[in-house]
Amino acid sequence: MKTTILAGALLAFAAATSVHAQAIKLADVAELSGGGATVGTNWKNGIDLAIEEINAKGGVLGRKLEVTHADSQSNPGVARAQVQKALDAEPYVLLGPGYSGSVKVTAPLAAEAGIAQIMGGEAAELTQGGNKFLFRTSFGQQSSMPKVAKYIHDEMKAKTVAVVWVNNDFGRGGRDMVTKELERLGSKVVADLSTEAGQADFAADVGKIKAANPDAVFVYLNEEESARILKELKRQGVNAPLMGETTLIGQKVIELAGDAANGARGHVGLTTDAPVELVKQFREKFSKKYNYVPDHNGLKGYLAVYMVKATTEKMGKVDPKKFADTLHGLTIKAADEPGILMDVTFSDTGDIDRQSFLVEVVEGKQVVKQVLPKVQ
Amino acid sequence: MSNLFDLLVAGLATGAIYALVAVGFTLLWQTSQTINFAQGEFVMLPAFLMLAAMHAGAPFWLAIILGILLSMILLGLGFKLLLVDPMMRHGVLPLAIATMALAIGIKEAVKQFFSAEASPFPSIVPTGDVSILGHAVSLQSIGVLVVAILAVLGLTALLNRTSLGHQMQAAAQNPTVARIIGVPVERMILLTFLINAFLVALASLLITPIYLAKFSSGEVLGQAAFIAAIVGGFNQVRGAIAGGLLIGVLDNLAAAYVSTQYRAAVPMIFLIAVILLRPQGLLGRAEERTV
Repeated sequence: MKTTILAGALLAFAAATSVHAQAIKLADVAELSGGGATVGTNWKNGIDLAIEEINAKGGVLGRKLEVTHADSQSNPGVARAQVQKALDAEPYVLLGPGYSGSVKVTAPLAAEAGIAQIMGGEAAELTQGGNKFLFRTSFGQQSSMPKVAKYIHDEMKAKTVAVVWVNNDFGRGGRDMVTKELERLGSKVVADLSTEAGQADFAADVGKIKAANPDAVFVYLNEEESARILKELKRQGVNAPLMGETTLIGQKVIELAGDAANGARGHVGLTTDAPVELVKQFREKFSKKYNYVPDHNGLKGYLAVYMVKATTEKMGKVDPKKFADTLHGLTIKAADEPGILMDVTFSDTGDIDRQSFLVEVVEGKQVVKQVLPKVQ
Repeated sequence: MSNLFDLLVAGLATGAIYALVAVGFTLLWQTSQTINFAQGEFVMLPAFLMLAAMHAGAPFWLAIILGILLSMILLGLGFKLLLVDPMMRHGVLPLAIATMALAIGIKEAVKQFFSAEASPFPSIVPTGDVSILGHAVSLQSIGVLVVAILAVLGLTALLNRTSLGHQMQAAAQNPTVARIIGVPVERMILLTFLINAFLVALASLLITPIYLAKFSSGEVLGQAAFIAAIVGGFNQVRGAIAGGLLIGVLDNLAAAYVSTQYRAAVPMIFLIAVILLRPQGLLGRAEERTV
């Protein structure tokens, strides 16, 4: 009898120890191939870098972090299947996807499972549907587009604007927001051009821009298509100033478009060229590990993991059910958690408030022209 | 009006590249009844071979030569010996399906060994404009057009003006008789595979600076060139050239005047119309076959 009790106690102790030492499991679903491969690869590398750092310093509340990466192939249908598979393994938090269309179809699954989802999508509608488990890592279009429209109207003094957008959730959301804001400010949209994701040939679209002869062109496409249209704009000699978002002036776009990217401007929520010491350190660490300069998606992936760390430490325990509640309304200061890089506040809808930047590409490099402060 | 001129120039430049690829389709069909559904991937791969050579330290001009040579070995000689010859015995359809499998294989291999992301590719033509009839036309468009036209003229001269070309045509038109009169038919067929490989490598060199080097970039090209070859006439080189230029222009005009979403549909509708009204293609020759 004594032996049985002893054995039982030993077993219970062993189980408790293994639970204590068990790693915290995160699941990542990202665009590792297909049109969004640049987005997904940066995001994944950012996550891996953050996890490596955190684990090297003893993990979160003494437990190591572990992540599984799944490829959505930049396809919302595949993303949904991969997210379902990831949720079946009961992760602590779901990371990704990066594409708004994929986030839109996967968010209900995570919400139903009660698992917080920290993602890279920027479409305005994502956080407007009352989903209590969805969190951004960057600005939504409702935060960034008013700043973009204001810059086009006030600083570029453009009375007429051509808007080129990619025909998906991300592009449509941005186009709707920026058009509304531009019209409110008094700038007229003289060409409204929808393009397809993965489009290779932009000669006809640029031809239309040329014919409309606008004072400024707002380009809102994914990275590879941005590079192609920049080259075509240069090829056809369009000289109107170009304004966009992060996707127009990202590192990958500059690499792909070469000289054609020079002069393009963009509002950027996150950039590795930000005049912020912690961001500079991140850039160095990332470049050293992966041999290339990350774009904002690398930052987003990195921040997503540090959001998990800061929130968990705030709770003082690993509780997937309370995670989302804790993160709502939370302000994380870079002074307390350097991995978060800049002070950030999360709203009740999962949107973020953080300082942002106005960037211009000068001789193949992102140059920050203005720092736009946190709203609140 | 200036918009129309720009669209025509851009369409002709893209169409010239489609024509190069479409000519390859017709050459292979004429000499060996091969429909190569991996033709688009054949255009994608040489760019990566050139990039690999540059990563290994070769200057651009050397990378171009190496890329073209490697393409001729892999996509000409290798393709014929390792895939077409063994599959041909089983008929045209198994061979066509095998080329579809090859297309997937090439795409996945590039994704695996290179990257799923797009890579920049240098242009052989400098950027800049020249003025033609008061319109600014980009040097790149002109360069693409000139190189493609020279390649097509060279090929036509080879086929029509040289003994080698006559032998190739004889081998294509009637291999049995050609063999009887002493034409080395097998060698002529191999030559067409090598020419096809050269043409796709050239197309790759011209299109990749615009489309970027990406494992999936062959899909659109292969489809466009296939349509061009059928529209122009699958059994005529001049038909493929006309078809290529026509589809290039049509695609650009459709994108500008119909809608970007339906740009891919317009050449398809045109293709259906051609098949219904003139099945041999615009410049093709009607063929009869006994079944």
